[in-house]
Amino acid sequence: MSVKIDVTGEVVTAYLIGDIDHHTAKEMRENIDNAIELNMPTLLILDFKDVSFMDSSGIGLVMGRYRTLAKTRAELHIMNAPPQIFKILKLAGIEKLAKLGGYSNEGKK
Amino acid sequence: MKVKNKFNMTLTACSANESFARACISAFAAQLDPTLEEINDIKTAVSEAVTNCIVHAYKEELGKIYITAEILDTNAIKIKIRDKGCGIEDVSKAMEPLYTTVGGERAGLGFAVMQSFMDGIKVTSKIGKGTNIVMIKKISLRYNNG
Repeated sequence: MSVKIDVTGEVVTAYLIGDIDHHTAKEMRENIDNAIELNMPTLLILDFKDVSFMDSSGIGLVMGRYRTLAKTRAELHIMNAPPQIFKILKLAGIEKLAKLGGYSNEGKK
Repeated sequence: MKVKNKFNMTLTACSANESFARACISAFAAQLDPTLEEINDIKTAVSEAVTNCIVHAYKEELGKIYITAEILDTNAIKIKIRDKGCGIEDVSKAMEPLYTTVGGERAGLGFAVMQSFMDGIKVTSKIGKGTNIVMIKKISLRYNNG
């Protein structure tokens, strides 16, 4: 399983696990989109704590979910991105689309 | 600039080989004693180039990807990634950040990542013949180099 989904009220948290590349992104995307469709969250948290590698396929994954959430004006937060993943998120300017959070549970307030 | 060590490999352009290509290059680059950040930069750039071959160069076929890596005496690694796919019509346009021909789930950042994470990149391409990417990454010298 490359994604673990946790639902608390209107908040869906997706814990991404392992490498995110073009090969693995599809399954992650399907899992997350299912959870969005099923729970209609007002906030989606993508947690990168257990992501070991990510290339621009991960950026596509984040941007795609942002577009889906924007339709219902739901928010997107990104949590616990390790340094190398933070580097590529910054390169893509993701902070304009999603709030980047550190090692806390801000999203669950 | 002298080549101290070299390896070649040919891969089938299927997506399962993206992680395999990264792992090979990162194992080969390890002899330069790179930092964790440097090795991750190299892995990310290679992943982008190999993914481009699979998603763009060989859209309709399962072609071959040719990878060569060289350890240079300047404490750098030179990586060549070549395909015999469809080629890129306008290389400078393809290298613009956010430009993508496939849309949807692709961010259009492949070349931007390669440019930003490596110290040099050269892309040559011919329609119908394929694309050739050469990238260089310098590895910082650390304490125990003699």
